[in-house]
Amino acid sequence: MSEKTYTPGEHPDLPPPANLIGPVAWIRKNLLSTPTNIVMTVLAIWFLYEVVPAAVNWLFLDAAFTGENRDDCRAQASGACWAFISERMKLFTYGFYPIEERWRVNISFLLLIAAIVPVLFDKVPFRKFGLYFSCAFPFIAAWLLLGGYGLTPVETDKFGGFMLTLVIGVTGIAFSLPIGILLALGRQSQLPIIRVFSVSFIEFIRGVPLITLLFVASTMLNYFLPAGVTFDLLLRVLIMVTLFASAYMAEVIRGGLQAIPKGQFEAADAMGLKYWPAMRLIVLPQALKISIPSIVNTFIGLYKDTTLVIIIGLLDPLGIGRASLADTKWTGLSNEVYLFVAIFFFISCFGMARYSLYLENKLQTDHKR
Amino acid sequence: MNEATNPNPSSEDYAVVIRDMHKWYGQFHVLKDINLLVTRGEKIVVCGPSGSGKSTMIRCINRLEEHQQGHIIVDGTELTNDLKNIEVVRREVGMVFQHFNLFPHLTVLENCTLAPIWVRKMPKLEAEGIAMQYLERVKIPDQANKYPGQLSGGQQQRVAIARSLCMKPRIMLFDEPTSALDPEMIKEVLDVMIELANEGMTMLCVTHEMGFAKTVADRVIFMDGGEIIEENNPAEFFENAQHERTKLFLSQILEH
Amino acid sequence: MSEAVTPQRNVVSRLWNDKETRSVIIQIIAIVLILGFFAYIIRNAMINLEAIGKGFSFKFLTQASSYDINQHFIEYNSRSSHFRAMLVGILNTILVAFCGIVLATILGFFLGVLRLSKNWLTSKLAYVYIEYVRNVPVLLHILLVYGLIVHSLPVPKQAWGLADTAFLTNRGLFSPKPLYEPLFWVVFALFVAAVIFSLWFRRYAQKVQDDTGYHYPVFWITVGAVIGLPGIAYFLLGSPITWEIPELKGFNYKGGMVIRPEFIALWIALSGYTAASIGEIVRSGIIAVNYGQTEAAAALGISRERTLNLVVIPQALRVIVPPLTSQYLNLTKNSSLAIAIGYMDIVATIGGISLNQTGREMECMSIVLILYLILSLLISAAMNWYNRSIKLVER
Repeated sequence: MSEKTYTPGEHPDLPPPANLIGPVAWIRKNLLSTPTNIVMTVLAIWFLYEVVPAAVNWLFLDAAFTGENRDDCRAQASGACWAFISERMKLFTYGFYPIEERWRVNISFLLLIAAIVPVLFDKVPFRKFGLYFSCAFPFIAAWLLLGGYGLTPVETDKFGGFMLTLVIGVTGIAFSLPIGILLALGRQSQLPIIRVFSVSFIEFIRGVPLITLLFVASTMLNYFLPAGVTFDLLLRVLIMVTLFASAYMAEVIRGGLQAIPKGQFEAADAMGLKYWPAMRLIVLPQALKISIPSIVNTFIGLYKDTTLVIIIGLLDPLGIGRASLADTKWTGLSNEVYLFVAIFFFISCFGMARYSLYLENKLQTDHKR
Repeated sequence: MNEATNPNPSSEDYAVVIRDMHKWYGQFHVLKDINLLVTRGEKIVVCGPSGSGKSTMIRCINRLEEHQQGHIIVDGTELTNDLKNIEVVRREVGMVFQHFNLFPHLTVLENCTLAPIWVRKMPKLEAEGIAMQYLERVKIPDQANKYPGQLSGGQQQRVAIARSLCMKPRIMLFDEPTSALDPEMIKEVLDVMIELANEGMTMLCVTHEMGFAKTVADRVIFMDGGEIIEENNPAEFFENAQHERTKLFLSQILEH
Repeated sequence: MSEAVTPQRNVVSRLWNDKETRSVIIQIIAIVLILGFFAYIIRNAMINLEAIGKGFSFKFLTQASSYDINQHFIEYNSRSSHFRAMLVGILNTILVAFCGIVLATILGFFLGVLRLSKNWLTSKLAYVYIEYVRNVPVLLHILLVYGLIVHSLPVPKQAWGLADTAFLTNRGLFSPKPLYEPLFWVVFALFVAAVIFSLWFRRYAQKVQDDTGYHYPVFWITVGAVIGLPGIAYFLLGSPITWEIPELKGFNYKGGMVIRPEFIALWIALSGYTAASIGEIVRSGIIAVNYGQTEAAAALGISRERTLNLVVIPQALRVIVPPLTSQYLNLTKNSSLAIAIGYMDIVATIGGISLNQTGREMECMSIVLILYLILSLLISAAMNWYNRSIKLVER
């Protein structure tokens, strides 16, 4: 090191010593800084060495991508048998939806994308009209998928695969938010009876597992309808999933409501705004904005929970997969099926989680501005 | 001064009448036997130590707080459980808060037009015109499209004043409007308030700004322990306080 | 007397605009609607049940269940009543929930600490694990783990043995079963005594420390008492436990203790799933403790471990406990997915086979719902109590 001296006020910016920058310094700091750190690095590398090559082999290198049945696969390679998945791909996507009507599912899916974009991003052109379309979408999609009014009717027991997941997920998401808002407001209400009702509803739903509610839907809900009236199974499931998600949504929104300073309510009161305008114009926009990340997380939970419908006999991708395993041609390939469905869920849920993170960061900068 | 000094005002001249008013928080007696007559155009400054009930009293006037006994009549309308009356009163009474309470999700302009549009049912363009007029009077028309979070405290408080004025209120309540501000911003807010006072607005103002009280107030009220201890015109009040507690209070806040 | 000008309005308008009466009116309407709704659906249910000749009664609970349950902690066979089947189901739910909570907590704290570790590689590995687990439905995890056990573990003939005493197979884990001789109870009594002693000793040591400033090595004395004392007694008394070791007979192991694959799959999947959430909770709890706190402790010269114990953890716990409670509740509720792999819990017994055999949907489902509500209440009550106690300690 040069021991150069500078006159005060003349000291230039110098580069840091070489041992503080560069990849070697990074490795030393992040992997080898202390003895424990070294041990952990070694263990981690050993773990990766054991797992990654084996996984890659099974998934890709030793996997069979074509074949008529399980024995075909096994004859070709020792790894995964993806031929099974590709043979069943249509089933995984559409369930038993009539082949000649599947264009309706495709169109609904495209419309879904168009409906989601204005909700997700606030810099889309014509966002306002987009949002109206988003609100109308569930009903348009219901018409497209169920038929009637000019389209061939399709029974709901033909619904299945990823399409069923999306139907349940989107319905639950679309209807649980407004119901959740009402329940959250009810829980904060000054009227004791409204409050007691909201609290008992929310706590009851949150106290029992979704699967028991689905059992209620499948075994006893029709008893509660007037004689002669029955709801089909999918509708009953949709009702239960929506109610279930609304209770969780209500709690998330309540968190947002509680974060609004009392002064906001007072200012709205002092202006002479009545309850509903005050809520709609002042309180809810702020409360919802704060709770958006948690709302998205609730959506992710709801979306994952759609898999439970297989237990009462609906055929979502997991159900299709399990039914396919019963086929003697493909028996024993459960790992492939489960992994395939897991990847599907991972991609959609991870996407939503990333979006929620993006919103959270955006929210923080919003507050600073 | 103007007609506010009329020695014998008839009853419809009163902007606010508070008679034998009591208020409790549970067991705690916050306001004890409050009697106050405010004539139209009168400017009143309320002061007192913290916890003396001065904010509570002023918040009773637009029923942010309920009183349990006695009468409050604002601009000829008595405040009871009748929601229609409360609406009428709140339409005529503007309020400025210590912490501004601007709506952070709306722009300055939207903050100002919200109540005229939703409460007075005014067309949007007209409301915006009025809002711009008042924003000019508080000297921040150029900030109209910013969000409250982008403004300084003093600017925010001036927006809050403009927001209240947009409802064309007959009475303005100020609840410690300068105590949350940095010292260098207090003057810009007080200037706006003084201008407003000179235009003849009826004002009730909880504040510790004694300079403001001396220049503007027609009457200064001193509260302690939930009671009105003393009221007088500013000259008398500051020079010749009658009550021991008033003297003590004045000595404490005027010392520095 | 009042010069208030109240505008003349009709009675209805006056009543509706009075705050008190309006709130009463709204509430009466609400209660009429709610009660009306319930009355309506109950009436429908009664008509419907009558039409198919069913009543509403719990008499079936005393009838013989006539199905087998492979894991039961109380005496049970197919001649036992439905009520007893329900008890078996409750115990199985509690067992898997309890074991799951314990393992999930341990794994979760471990993951949380790994995520915060200064080691880039381990922190990223923990991150990958957490993201994978959290973004895949728990039911899928359960099925995947169960599938791995059934399809990938060896059949009993080629079992993975651990020193020829425990065997891991696709039919479960077979481990030695302890058979207690009478003298064992002496060892057990000593263990209990040692635990009580340690609890007392901690207080005593705290008092001595407060009075004199002297620090006992509390940790080592406690360990010595709880493990050492019964251990020494165990050997002095000549090892009063004999082990029944499972043996391969025919196609399966006989004797010993068996932990069934359904339980193992459920346990591992639920714990692994919940651990990911707990890991994130722990991480954010520790991050939430202001960095200034650690700096202040360091500036006072408190050691790193002590800082963690005295400053960081007490504050982090306050942030961690409430979401942790809801994770415990989630795990308990998720244990109901047991039915997908045939683990006989509450839902699978009373809400599953009993329901199908007796056709008593109403009765069975109300029992199941009420049982879960009770379980949830108990867990929240316990965690609320704990939460209060750490809050008190803090102040």
